[in-house]
Amino acid sequence: MSIPTENKQTENIGKANKRKYFLESVSSKLFMICALLSVITLVLIIGFVFYKGSHPFVVGGYSFIDFLFGTDWVPSEDKFGIFPMIIASIYATIGALIIGVPIGLFTAIFLAEIASTRVAKIISPAIQLLAGIPSVLYGVFGLAIIVPFLQNTFGLAKGQSLIAVILVLAIMMLPTIVTVAETAIRAVPQSYREGSLALGVSHIGTIFRVIVPAAKSGIMTAVVLGLGRAIGETMAVILVAGNSLIVPTSLTDSIRPLTTNIALEMGYAAGTHQEMLFATGIVLFSFILILNFVLAKISAKGGN
Amino acid sequence: MNRALKEHTKELVKQNETGKGISEMAQRGKGNAKIKVKDLNLFYGEKQALFGVSLDINEKEVTALIGPSGCGKSTFLRTLNRMNDLIDSVKITGDIIINDENIYTSSDVIKLRTKVGMVFQKPNLFPMSIYDNVAYGPRGQGIKNKKELDKIVEESLRGAAIWDEVKDRLKTSALGLSGGQQQRVCIARAIAMKPDVILMDEPTSALDPISTLKVEELITQMKEDFTIVIVTHNMQQAARISDKTAFFLNGEVVEYDETDNIFSTPKDQRTEDYVTGRFG
Repeated sequence: MSIPTENKQTENIGKANKRKYFLESVSSKLFMICALLSVITLVLIIGFVFYKGSHPFVVGGYSFIDFLFGTDWVPSEDKFGIFPMIIASIYATIGALIIGVPIGLFTAIFLAEIASTRVAKIISPAIQLLAGIPSVLYGVFGLAIIVPFLQNTFGLAKGQSLIAVILVLAIMMLPTIVTVAETAIRAVPQSYREGSLALGVSHIGTIFRVIVPAAKSGIMTAVVLGLGRAIGETMAVILVAGNSLIVPTSLTDSIRPLTTNIALEMGYAAGTHQEMLFATGIVLFSFILILNFVLAKISAKGGN
Repeated sequence: MNRALKEHTKELVKQNETGKGISEMAQRGKGNAKIKVKDLNLFYGEKQALFGVSLDINEKEVTALIGPSGCGKSTFLRTLNRMNDLIDSVKITGDIIINDENIYTSSDVIKLRTKVGMVFQKPNLFPMSIYDNVAYGPRGQGIKNKKELDKIVEESLRGAAIWDEVKDRLKTSALGLSGGQQQRVCIARAIAMKPDVILMDEPTSALDPISTLKVEELITQMKEDFTIVIVTHNMQQAARISDKTAFFLNGEVVEYDETDNIFSTPKDQRTEDYVTGRFG
C-alpha cells in the first residue's frame, strides 16, 4: 500500500489521454501566440513611428520646441512647425465635444430611462449602425450637405471650415458616447431609482440627481472614448477641413488638423519631410496616450 | 363589544358637548382609519395578483402584512404609494383612499409619495454622503436653506435613532456604514419628508439579529408619529411590533384582525396553519 509518486501517475495516463494533454498544451500556446501578436504589432508600430519621428531631432539637429510651436509648415523651405495643426486638432475636438456630449448623453438617458422598450429597440440599433458607417462616407456627407449649407447660410467663400469639422466629428462620436453612456446608465441599480421616486422626486429629477451621478464614471469613459474617436479621425476630416495652414481664429476658418497633415503629405514626402510627418504622428499618439491614461484613472476610480 | 361601542359613542357625544373632545381625538388620531382600501384588484398583464383586497389601516399603528412568498403582500404594499406604476403592464381596479383622497384618481403621484414614504428590503442609500442622503427628499421639495436642512437632517437621524453613531461623519459616504446602520439612515431619509405613512418592505430581512432588534425598537417608537405598514416574513416580528396583522394568501386577504387575535385565536384554519408553521 504505497502512495503512487508523480512519475508513476504520469505513466498511468493512457495513450488516448496523452494525446489530449498534448493537444491541450499546443492549443493553449497557440492562443498565447495570437494574444502576443497584437502586443508585438503595437510595439512595432510605436517603435517605428518613434524611431522615424525622432530622427530629425536626434540626428538632424532640428529643435523639437520649434517643431511644436513653429507656425510655418513649408517643407520645401525646410520649415516644419505644426502649431496651427495642434491648435486645429484641439479646437475641432473640443468643439465636437461641446456639441456631441450633450446630444449623446441626452440620447443615452432617453434610451435607458425614458423610451419604451419598443422605441429603444428601434433607436439603439440605428445608433450602433451609425458607428459602422465608413468614415469616408461621413466626409462625403459633410462635403455634400454641411459644407454647402454653411456656405449659403453664412455667405462664406469656402464652406470647408472648423465648424464643418466640428459638426462632422460631433456626429461621428455620437454612437460611441450613446452606447457606452447608455450601458452605464442601465447598470445603475433599480433600487436607486425606486429610492428616489419613493421620496416624491420626479422622474427627471431622479435622473439628474441620482442616476447620472451614479453612472458618472461610465459617462466619463464614454466622453473620453468619443474624444479619442474625434482626435484620431482622418478621412472624414480631410474632406471638410479645407486644409489651410493657419492658426484658426474663427469657426469659419479653414483648418488642417494633425491627422490630415499626415494623410495628405505622406504619399509624396521623402527624407526629413517624411520624418517630420512621423513626428506629427508622435504628437498625435501622445494625445491618445494621455487620453488612455485619463481613461484608466477614471475606470480605477469607478471601480472603487 | 356592542356595549363598548355604545359607551364610546356616549362619551364622544359628551365630549363634543364640551366642545373639545373631537379635536382632541383628531389630534391624537389613534385608531382612525388612515388608509381605506376597497375591493382592490391588481393585474400583471393577464395574470391577477391581488383579488378584491379590502382593509382599513389605522392611523399611528403598526400594521403587519404576513403570508408566504408570492402571496401579494409586497405588491399590495407597493400599491399604497403607487410604486407599481413603474411596471408598464400593471393594471389596477378598486379604490385606495389616503387622507380622504383616492390616490388612483388623483394624478399627483409626487405629492402622494411625499406623504407616503417607503423603506425597502435592502438598504438603498445613494452613493453620496449621509447628509446628502437624508437631505435628498427635502431638497427635492425646494428647501435650500442650509440651517433648515441641517435641522431636518439632525431631527431625522435622531428620529431614526442613528444620530449618535453618524453625527461625526455626516459628510462621508453613506455606503461606508454597516447594513443595519444604512437601513436606519434609509428610515431617516424617509422621516425627513415628514410623511404621514411609512411603508416598509421586509426592512430587516437583510440585517443581522442585533440590527433587526434596533430597527424593531425604532418602529415601535415611530408609531407615535407615523402610520406604519410593514411587510414581514418573520412572524415573531409581526407579533412583537404590530397592532394589527393581515394574512395574505394567493393574492387575497384571508384574515385581518388585531395581531393578538391572529396569533392566538385565528378564525380561519389557513391562518392558523400558517402562523403555527404548518406551511409557508
